[in-house]
This record gives sequence, structure tokens and C-alpha cells, in this order.
Amino acid sequence: MNRLLSHRISSNGAVIDRQKLVHFEFDQKKYTGYEGDTLASALLAHGIHLVGRSFKYHRPRGIFGSGSEEPNALVRLIGDKSSEPNLRATQIEIYDGLIAESQNRFPSLKIDFLSINNVFRRFFPAGFYYKTFMWPASFWMFYEKLIRKAAGLGKLSKKYHRPERYEHKYAHCDLLVVGSGAAGLQTAIIAAKSGARVVIADEQHRFGGWLLTDNDFNINQIPAASWVHETVKNLQSAPNVTCLSRTTVSSMMDDNFVIMAERVTEHLGKKDMLLPKQRLWKLRASKVILATGAIERPLVFSGNDLPGIMLSSAIRTYINRYDVLSGRRAIIFTNNDDAYFTALAIHKAGGFVRCIVDLRVNPKSQIITKVRKIGINILAGHAVIAAHGLRHIASVDIAKYNSGKQAPTSSILHMDCNLLAMSGGLNPVVHLHSQRKGKLVWDERTSCYRPDNKSDEWVSVGAANGTFELERIFIEATKIASTTIMKLAKENNKIKTKELVTVPQIDKDKQNWTPLPTWLIQAGQPHVSDKTAFVDFQNDSTAADIKLAVKEGYSSVEHVKRYTTTGMATDQGKTSNINAIGILASCLNKSIAETGVTTFRPPYTPVSLGAIAGRNIGGLFDPVRKTRMHSWHQSNGAKFEHVGQWMRAWYYPRDGESFQQAVNREVYATRHYAGLLDASTLGKIEVKGPDSAEFLNRVYTNNFADLPIGKARYGLMLKEDGMVFDDGVTTRLAEDHFYMTTTTGGAAGVLSWLEELLQTEWLDLRVYLTSVTEQWSVASLSGPNSRSILTACMSENKNITDDFPFMTMKKSFIAGIPARIFRISFTGEMAFEINVPARYGAALWSHLMKIGKEFNLTAYGTEAMHVLRAEKGFIIVGQETDGTVTPHDLDMGWIISNKKSDFIGKRALERKSMNEPQRKQLVGLLTADPSKVIPEGAHAVLDPNQEMPMEMLGHISSSYYSPNLKHSIALALLKGGLNRKGQTVYIPMLDGQQPIEAKIVDPVFFDKKGERLRG
Amino acid sequence: MAKLNIDRGTRAFTRKSKRYSIFSIAKNAASYHQKWQQAWRHAEPKSTYDAVIIGGGGHGLATAYYLANIHGITNIAVIEKGWLGGGNTGRNTTIIRSNYMWDESAAIYEHALKLWEGLSQDLNFNVMFSQRGVLTISHSEHELKGMSRRVHAIRLNGIDSDILSPSEIKKLVPTINIDPNIRYPVMGGFIQKRAGTARHDAVAWGYARAADELGVDIIQNCEVTGLRRNGNQITGIQTTKGFVKTSKVGCVVAGHSSIIADMANIRLPITSRPLQAIVSEPIKPILDTVIMSNAVHMYISQSDKGEMVLGAGVDKYNSYAQTGSWTIPEHMVAAAIDLFPFLSQLRMLRQWGGIVDTCPDASPIISKTDVKGLYFNCGWGTGGFKATPGSGHVFADLIANDRPNPIALPFGLKRFETGYLIDEHGAAGVAH
Ligand SMILES: Cc1cc2nc3c(=O)[nH]c(=O)nc-3n(C[C@H](O)[C@H](O)[C@H](O)COP(=O)(O)OP(=O)(O)OC[C@H]3O[C@@H](n4cnc5c(N)ncnc54)[C@H](O)[C@@H]3O)c2cc1C
Repeated sequence: MNRLLSHRISSNGAVIDRQKLVHFEFDQKKYTGYEGDTLASALLAHGIHLVGRSFKYHRPRGIFGSGSEEPNALVRLIGDKSSEPNLRATQIEIYDGLIAESQNRFPSLKIDFLSINNVFRRFFPAGFYYKTFMWPASFWMFYEKLIRKAAGLGKLSKKYHRPERYEHKYAHCDLLVVGSGAAGLQTAIIAAKSGARVVIADEQHRFGGWLLTDNDFNINQIPAASWVHETVKNLQSAPNVTCLSRTTVSSMMDDNFVIMAERVTEHLGKKDMLLPKQRLWKLRASKVILATGAIERPLVFSGNDLPGIMLSSAIRTYINRYDVLSGRRAIIFTNNDDAYFTALAIHKAGGFVRCIVDLRVNPKSQIITKVRKIGINILAGHAVIAAHGLRHIASVDIAKYNSGKQAPTSSILHMDCNLLAMSGGLNPVVHLHSQRKGKLVWDERTSCYRPDNKSDEWVSVGAANGTFELERIFIEATKIASTTIMKLAKENNKIKTKELVTVPQIDKDKQNWTPLPTWLIQAGQPHVSDKTAFVDFQNDSTAADIKLAVKEGYSSVEHVKRYTTTGMATDQGKTSNINAIGILASCLNKSIAETGVTTFRPPYTPVSLGAIAGRNIGGLFDPVRKTRMHSWHQSNGAKFEHVGQWMRAWYYPRDGESFQQAVNREVYATRHYAGLLDASTLGKIEVKGPDSAEFLNRVYTNNFADLPIGKARYGLMLKEDGMVFDDGVTTRLAEDHFYMTTTTGGAAGVLSWLEELLQTEWLDLRVYLTSVTEQWSVASLSGPNSRSILTACMSENKNITDDFPFMTMKKSFIAGIPARIFRISFTGEMAFEINVPARYGAALWSHLMKIGKEFNLTAYGTEAMHVLRAEKGFIIVGQETDGTVTPHDLDMGWIISNKKSDFIGKRALERKSMNEPQRKQLVGLLTADPSKVIPEGAHAVLDPNQEMPMEMLGHISSSYYSPNLKHSIALALLKGGLNRKGQTVYIPMLDGQQPIEAKIVDPVFFDKKGERLRG
Repeated sequence: MAKLNIDRGTRAFTRKSKRYSIFSIAKNAASYHQKWQQAWRHAEPKSTYDAVIIGGGGHGLATAYYLANIHGITNIAVIEKGWLGGGNTGRNTTIIRSNYMWDESAAIYEHALKLWEGLSQDLNFNVMFSQRGVLTISHSEHELKGMSRRVHAIRLNGIDSDILSPSEIKKLVPTINIDPNIRYPVMGGFIQKRAGTARHDAVAWGYARAADELGVDIIQNCEVTGLRRNGNQITGIQTTKGFVKTSKVGCVVAGHSSIIADMANIRLPITSRPLQAIVSEPIKPILDTVIMSNAVHMYISQSDKGEMVLGAGVDKYNSYAQTGSWTIPEHMVAAAIDLFPFLSQLRMLRQWGGIVDTCPDASPIISKTDVKGLYFNCGWGTGGFKATPGSGHVFADLIANDRPNPIALPFGLKRFETGYLIDEHGAAGVAH
């Protein structure tokens, strides 16, 4: 069975390559097409129009347009690893092995059960959801489930799959030209010769725009197609020009930041290991020229959605570019001259144009005369008032029509046909202009909204600017290109302003660009015919829906849009918005200009989420940070936990040990012998400059100005609201030089905050901050044996450990590695934090472990660290604090200097609420059952038997089993806690178990005097 | 947690001829839908009202409805500068939940949730409140602990909340990736089953229609340009449609609150920033539950239309322009793809932003002011849609009785002086 070529006409230089046959599949049937075909053109070549079902009524829908404006022909592409739904057949280039499937139908396109919705259409007017499904109240979830099932368009493949490759590219240029039609090519070629860096992008796979469809004339005495060819060749060979085809400019943001999606390999069907599927460009352009052309409007009449009814321009495009004649018995329905070119094209291609139905009473122009001469029947002052057919157009009703009165004025003429071309005038593609908040003006002459062109950063030209005559487009493009280059040259003297290109001359049949705007053809009983007069094809909204919205008071453009969903489909109203506004305006008896437009939201056409994410997924989404000791931890069986971006060793289970056993062992060993913790992740900031001491005085609650060189001090940092923000130890290295440490998770936030203060508040302070977190590896050695281990490790000056008081810093060498050693402690034991240049981290660690062996040194992880510090009642910022906790709440009033005139948070601490006795305050808890560990996050109450909602005292912020005390311990923030010591509280459980009983105690559980730490 | 018995008002939708039902649709279908009446009158301002509400978003309309329905104050107007619901009400991602950690927040959002349950019936307008559940995911040990804290508090406040393990999550959300080796693995989560979504436009329209039914004038395309006062008492408002006399003004203008406050020489502790959202093209149902993740700053749901709705945190810069920067959608999509790899096959259909009004403690202001008769309801920031009925309910009470009820009390303006803040930053990174 050779079903090939049935609608293919003899070649006349189109964009397909007839030497290259391509095999593809649609709805399980095999077809062939040619290289260069879109899925739509290839299907039309086989006489296939019906390719989808509509969203709401599941009406049969056919191919309607020829590009990104297509509302109907949405298909699913099925790949071996994934499938992509909702792609436009008019934009898919076919390749060998392509498999596509129609959507939103069950079981098949021809027989679709949900087309029952079409029968009961009358019961589903716009907004019907809002008026029903309310009874019984509990049934909404059930109704909704059915509604959800029926809605949605395509399906996804359920298979789990790895995302395909997409990438991002950043670029700058002097001028971005969007669109490669006559206007785009002309501006680009002028800009190219000026030496400016030019990018020209077009969403189609070939440059030329409308000149690929209409090229039956000469430009500068050569055939238009050759002019395009020459110009494109010149652009491509210019070193300062980047030509991007298959590239959609989807968003235009402030300062001409432009997002473009380039389809790199997806049209090839095979994977190229080196190339991504798509590339997302983030381009910054000094100037943008929008030469985005125009999109034809359909006409709104009863039955206008039948397959076989197409945009006139699309029919012409299929003939001239793809050698495809979409139907052999055609009727043209128009309100302007452009459709006459389609009539000519059909005629030339061997089709039969039964008649041209023209709404205008007395249309006259060069092209009309030409068409008349061929003998095509023109019914002027007439309208198609209805189209009929089952799954394809079969006939139309035609009558004389009075556009002013919106009514037919003659009896009806029936005419059969299998193709209807409709043309309701042109809409400039103003989306990008609107995205930048450019205003639109209604142009009465051409009946369209065009850009106001008032910006200095971007400008529209050609059809995108409402200029449709080719002669004028070339003049306008030449002028705008020159002025834009002039502006660019002012900023960049490498750009030449000499005009190097003249305005091209053309010999094209003249046409009249004033359509007769007729937004809705009404006939018979309008309330009947309006119901099948479709405005938004994909979302199934009709003229009746718009009228109903107005009747019910939803009459602003935005309400109409939302109530009827007009313009909210995946084509975002490219063919429907203006018709809807036209109908709305006539309902309201207002002009279109008064009625207004809805906003065009980015993107211009849908952008792949895969492309938006690019390569910032998986491991690259947010890089994992590892310390230099990581591989030691790994090879010693450590389990890790995420702390901010860091991976930290959590605990090191030995053979068969449980989590708790391992932690108990590590905690015990550190208290009794010695433990080693990888503390490299702590944030480290160098603070330098003559005003450093003053700066620290302002950001910490306590005094740093008097800190002697070589000494360290613990500090608390508050935000302006008086709440604890971060903590850490800062050491003075020199008069004007401090070394600050922060929490692991807070490091970046602290640096930003300090920078903000320096850059916006305290411009007078001479202080410089540098993050050195990554420059140092830190091993924290702690426990009774720590001093002996340290001494044993020293390469020289072994005696410095003899006189090494608490909170001091010394420089020395360990195993030959230069080190800064800080005697500070977070475990409550004697401890030394050994800092070495980062790259020696692993060497330091191994050396310490080796020497430490005879002293029973044990590596411990973050969990043991938490237990050790909790035994001491030390807080962890982010665990005992959450942005609502003051130093007083932590019973750390001692750290607030009374001497300093100011520090951040001081003023806030004086507010009334800060002295509230019922504030939540840090306390310790000892459970009645020493083996019962309270879940962290649980809340304490006084009376566990009260009714909900319960009166809560506060929550348990830390809770562990302490192997040293052989007792479960916890820290909690409880209302008025400091005055509740000795009271009993209960902690209700989530899982229905008995509440846990505990006693409020002091938060320091171990070595209350701190003798071990100073020892 | 403060708890009030919920007064739903006495004057439900009365006019029988206007009631919506399956029968009214059938009846109107018979007459080709030619006989539907206006959902609300397009009123022009009268010269005097007992109270005026500025702002025709959900909160403003709800306030008017409850003023009329519960407090019997019907000579009131809602003044909207554009079209009803055109502010954040019509731009938000419609997540509704009450699983807040602090008592004060839990009280008001739970109050609202109770009103959501049954709102369609109260208003005789299907607002499509869909209790499909909101699941918040934890990705680290630290987050699991934070989650535990929240769930315990929520449960003791008598609000539903359940902790789920990764495998339970997988069962509920089959499309989610629970591979423990991804960058931010799913380590657990908690769900509020009574939480969900609603149809945002319908909320504005439903309240407007019901308020209109009770006599409230709804005035669109009318901007308030000034406040007039006599000494310390409000006497009226200046609008683009003329002067309107009134002794009570409720301002419910979200991102533009500081502008109205300025007209009364009041400074509000509010910053206005864009918050963005995107939707994909519609697909057949694939995700029933609303999923939120604070660690990766992303949340996602699927609308009844089939679109995947994604949101993230606020933009970094203050602005009144309803657009944001590209980095935000880029980040939220990347974050979502790791959890839902199927997303990379989908495409972004629309991207937009709204201006959200955020207080330093990320909690709203429902308050009297030093000017008598001038009330503010604002600062709902990134998460006020869910509060709409509750906010309107307590605000109406405040305006009618000139004193806050126990639920509204903690949200007074004075808290910024006294320091009794309700800090929702720490507890709720992405507070929708
Ligand atoms: C992208 C996004 C996602 C969000 N997601 C969620 C979510 O998932 N869940 C959630 O609970 N919340 C969410 N929110 C927040 C939520 O939308 C808002 O908190 C809520 O809708 C605010 O309602 P409103 O009625 O106070 O304000 P709006 O709806 O903004 O209404 C204020 C009205 O005041 C009008 N106005 C302003 N100035 C004047 C004037 N001078 N005169 C007259 N009228 C004036 C405006 O035109 C506007 O209509 C989101 C917000 C955004 C932007």
C-alpha cells in the first residue's frame, strides 16, 4: 500500500529534500515523508488532518496552523527513554524512526469516549464548575477526581528515566535580532557590516520567515528565494554574526536579559554524545530588534473548528514550503487581501478554489483583479456562517452578511468542500515587547495591536510593528537598523555607522492591508450558533462562553480570560486573544482600545523544564563539600550526615556496632582518653584592617577590643532583633588582624551579613573580610590524653604544650606541617584545635591517629560531639536557637557587655518582651526513667491529661543518652524555665505511648565547675 | 492556642432565584444560558458608607462578606483599583494548610481552615477546596529534627499532622524519587491531610457574589488616592471616582500597604518583593499531593487542569514590578527535577510574579492604628491565600467592634515595638 504523495504536488523549490525519504510512525501506523518536513506537513501529505481531541469537549481537531501558533495538533513524542507530551506537530521536524501519538482520546482518535462531553456541551458552559459539584459537600473530592482524569492533555511515560542532557550558555552581544524574515534579515545584514556583534535567532529551522512562503517575486532583480539565500550566506560567513536557527527567544527581561531555547539535536532523533538536546542561552544584548512577524487570525463562526479548516496562511505555507496541498476542493473565507494569495497558490498547485467568500462589500486591489482574471468566483459581502462535517469539513453555509449589524441578509447557499482557508487579518507578534512592559496601541487601519515603540532598549520592526507591506518593511528595517547602529556606535567606537546597504527593491503584487474587522459571524439564533463558534480552539472556549461571562459580570478582559479560560492554553492565545477581545468589545459596546488587552506572560512558547535546569541537577544541583580528611573517614567506615553543604562524619561504627553503641564508645573514649574530630567545616573568616577590633565590638555582644594578641574569646552574634544569630571563637593574631570562626551551617550567612554591614552601614570602618574556610584543615583533639598526644606529635618546640593556657593560640609544627594550635574546647575536656593549611589535612589526621594510638585516641563524629557538648550544657546555634532566642533565654547574660555603648541587637534587647518572665528559657531535663531518651522536638506540658489544644511549655531541643552519666539527658526551651528548676514535666508522645516524665534541672550535667577543660 | 467557636453568619445565600446548583444549570441550559444574572453588580461609589474596604482581593472581599453576614453592617463598599482578584489572590499557587508551629499562627490558620471546610456551601459558589494533603519533605538529620518539633507542636494543638517514612511517601506519591543517593534525598516528611488547594479566582468571585447579595457595593477600576481625617478620626477616602465619606476604613491591599499607610503618615514594617511561580503544560494526573521542600526551596502540585504548579522562595530584591529574576525559576526547576525526574520531559507554560508584603517576623498584621477608624490587614507575604476566610473573619470582627478578638490579638502593630514577634522565618523557610 503506497499512501505516499497523495497530497504532494510537484516540486517547486520548497524546504524539503525530495531525495531523502524519512520513515516515521503516528498512532501505530507507518508513514513516510521527506527530510525537512514537519510532522504536520508529512501527515497532511497523506491527507491526514485529524490529529487530536480538544481539551474539554473532546471534539475532533485537525492541523490548523503551520508554526508555534498551532492550538490543535499536539502530539506526544515517544523516545526509548522518555516521552514528551504536548508537542506541536507543526514544529516537530521528522526524522527516521520518529514515533508520535495523538493525545487526550480514548480508545482512539476516531472513537473517543469522552466526546460524550460534546453532546452534553450545553450543560458545561463557561464557569459551570463554580456553580455545581457542591452537593453533598463531602463529594467534591470524588467529583474532582473525575474532573482531573478528564482534564490534562498528554501523558507522561511512567518509566523512571534519567533526564536527558541540556546545557546553558551565557553570551553578550551588541544587537540581538529576533526573527529572520525580510525585516530581520535586512536589519541583521546592515548591523553585520557595521562590525557590531550581532546575534540573529529564529525559531524555525530555516531563515527567511514569511519569504519562505511568499517568494513569487524579485528582490533587487533576483528571485526572492535567492535574495534570502544570499543574505543568509553573508550573515553566516560574517565573523561578528551568530546565526541561530531553531532558537526561540522565549523571555525578555529587564535590561535586555534574554532567554533563548536552541534545539540542538532533538530534530535529529539520534543522540550525539557531544551535543545536548537543547541549549538554553542567557544573553545580554545592548539593543534588541524585534522582527517577530505576525500571526494570522482565524474567523469565528459556527463549526469553525472542524478538521480541514485552516489558517489561510498555513495552507499557503504547506504548498510553498512543503509541496503539500491540504485539500483539493477549497473555499476561502476572508476579510482581507492576503487570502487571495492562498487562492492563487491552491490554484497553481492544482487544487480547485470553489469560491472566495469575502466579508468586504467591494474589495479592490491588484491581487484581487489577478485572482478574478483566473476565473475564481468571489462572493463579496458574504460570510461563511456555518461549517458542517463529521470528522472533517464537508460543506459550508454561505450568506450575504452585514458586518455592522452582525447578521446575514440573504438566504443560505450550501457548498461542499474539503478545505476551508480562513483569514481574519494579522496580529503582530508583540509578546516580547509586552513582556518588557511595552505598551500596545490599537491601529485602526490594520485592525491590530502594535507596539508603541517608545523604548530605547528595544524596537519592533516590520510585521511585528504592524507594517505589513514588504516595500515599507524594507524601508522601515533599513532605517531602524541604521538608527540602532548609530546608538550603539556612541558607546563603542569599533562600530562603523556608514550605511552600507540600500533599501531592496521589489516587484510584488500590491494588496490592500485594511481588513474588515468582523469578530464574530452570527447567524440564525446566535445563542445556538455561538456555542460552536470557537475562539480558543485548544481550551474549547466559544463566543457563547465570552458572552456568558459578560452577562454574569465577568467583563474585564482578565475576568473573561479566567472565567472562560480563553488564551490560557499551551498556545497562550496566539490565535484567540484578539478575537476574544473583539467579541468582548462588541458585547460591551466599547472600542477595542477601551477594552484593553491581557498581559502576555513569558515564555513566548513553552520552554523545556529540562533546559531550564540545564546541568544544575543531580550532583551539580548543589555541590557537596568534603573535607580533606574525607577519604580517611570513608575508609574507616564512617557514616555521614549533611550539615549545610558539608558532608560530615557522623559516627564510625565498628564491626556490628549499632548507632548507639558506636556513639557511646566514642563519647566514652573522648572523656576518658582522647578523641579526634574533623572540625574543618567550621566557618573561618579573616578580619583585617585598622578598625577590626571596633568592628568585632559592634557585631559581638561581648568585648573584643581588649583581647590580647594570641588570645581567643568566645562570642555571640545577634541580629538587630536581639536574637542569637551565630557563635564562635575569635582569636587575635595581630593588632589589626583577627581570625573568626563561625558555625558550619552559618558560615556563608555570617559572611554576607558582615559584608552587608560594612558595605551599607559602616562605610567608615576600614575592615576587610576574607573567607578562609577552605584554606584550613582542622582537627580537634580533646580528652585527658590530648596534651600528651600533642606533645608527642610536635616536630619542634615540644615544650610549648607545658605552658599552653586555655583560650590561647600558639604556632608550631606538627609532623613538619606548620600549624596554628588553639586551646579551646567544645567537649568540656582539655582540647586543642589544630589548624593546618588545608592540603595537609589528611596528613595531619593520619599522623595524629598514628601517634595517638598508644594513648587510646578514638576518632569521633558529629553525633558524639553533640552528646559531649550537651553533657556540658553547651548550646548549638540552630539547635538550641531558632531565631527567637536571646542570650538571656540561654542564661548567657554574662556574655552581654554592659560597658559597650552599642552592639547589634542591644537596642532590641531593651524591648518590653525581652524581660518577660514567661519567655522560653534553656534548661536541662533528666528523665524519670534514666534509660528513656526523649525524642528531640517533642514538647513538654505540665498536665499530660488536659484537652487539646494543650498548653505547651516548650520543646526539647537536644536529647541523648549520656554514657558518662549513664542517664538520658536533654536540653529544652521552656516557658519561664529558669524559675522552674525542680518541677516535673511530661512529654506527650505521637505514637500513643505514655508521656515521658522528666525533671527540670540545670543544663550543665557534667563537670559543672569546668575543671577538666582548664586543667 | 487561642480557639474560637466559628460563627459562619446567619444570612447565607438567600435569593433562591440566584442560587447555583445542578438544577439551575439544567434550567439555564434549557434557555441557552441566556438568563444567568450578574454574579455581582458593577456598583459606582455612593457618597457615604458605614465602612469602606480598600482592596478587592480575597481578604478584602472576605472582610466585607463577614461584616455584612455576621455583623450586619451592609452599607459598605469594597474599592478595587483594577479587577477583582487581580492582585496576589489571582496569582498565587493556592496552597492551604494550618500546620504552623507557633500557637498564634496555628490558631489563625486553623480558624481559616475550618472556614474553608464548607466555604463552597456558605458562599453557594464552588471554590474547589480540595483536601488532597500537603506533604513537607525533610532531606537531612537536622530537618528531621525540625520536623519532629513542628509535628509535636501541631498535634498538641489538636491539628492533624502525620510523619511519613520514605517508603510511605513513595506509596503516596509514586512519581517521587526516593533514591537515598541523590543530593537532597527524601529522608522523611510530614503530611497534613486536611490541607490542600483551592481555585483562587473562585474565592474572590464567590465572596464578591455573596457580599453583593447582602448589599455590599463592589467597585472596580477605582483607585484610592488619599485618606481624609479630622484630627485623629478617619472621615473618608479620596478615589479616582471621587470622595467617599466613611468613618471606618479597612486596608487590605497586600503589597501596596505601605503606600496606603503613607497616606495616613503611618510607616509599616513591611518590605515588598516579587514572589514567582510557574506552571507547566497540562498533563494527565500524575501528582495528587502537594509537595513542599524547604531545604531545596521548592514546592509543587498539579492543578485540576493538569498543569504542574511550581513555586519557590521570594526574590532577593525589593520591588513593585510584578516580575522577578530568572535565577528563581531556574533554581526551583532544578530542585524539582531531582525529586521528580519526569519533569524534565515537561515544558514551562507561564511564569509570573506577584508582590508580596512581608513583615520582619514573616507574620501578618491585623491591627488598629493610631488613627481612629483606620485598620490594616496585611503582611501575609508569601502565604496569605490559605488564611483568606480566617483573615476576613477576624478582621471584620475587629472593624465592627473596634477591638481584636483573641485570634487577631497577637497580630497587632504594637508587637514591633514590644518585641512580641511571631517569628515564622526559622520555622517555615518557604511559607506558602
Ligand atoms: C506567586 C505567589 C504564590 C503564592 N502562593 C501562595 C500559596 O501557595 N498559599 C498561600 O496561602 N499564599 C500564597 N501566596 C500569597 C497570597 O497570594 C497572598 O498572601 C494573598 O492572596 C493576599 O490576598 P489579599 O487579598 O490580601 O491581597 P491581593 O489579592 O493582592 O489584593 C489586594 C488588592 O488591593 C488592590 N489595591 C492596591 N492598592 C489599591 C488602592 N490604592 N486602591 C484600591 N485598591 C488597591 C490591588 O489591586 C489588589 O487587588 C502567594 C503569592 C504569590 C505572589
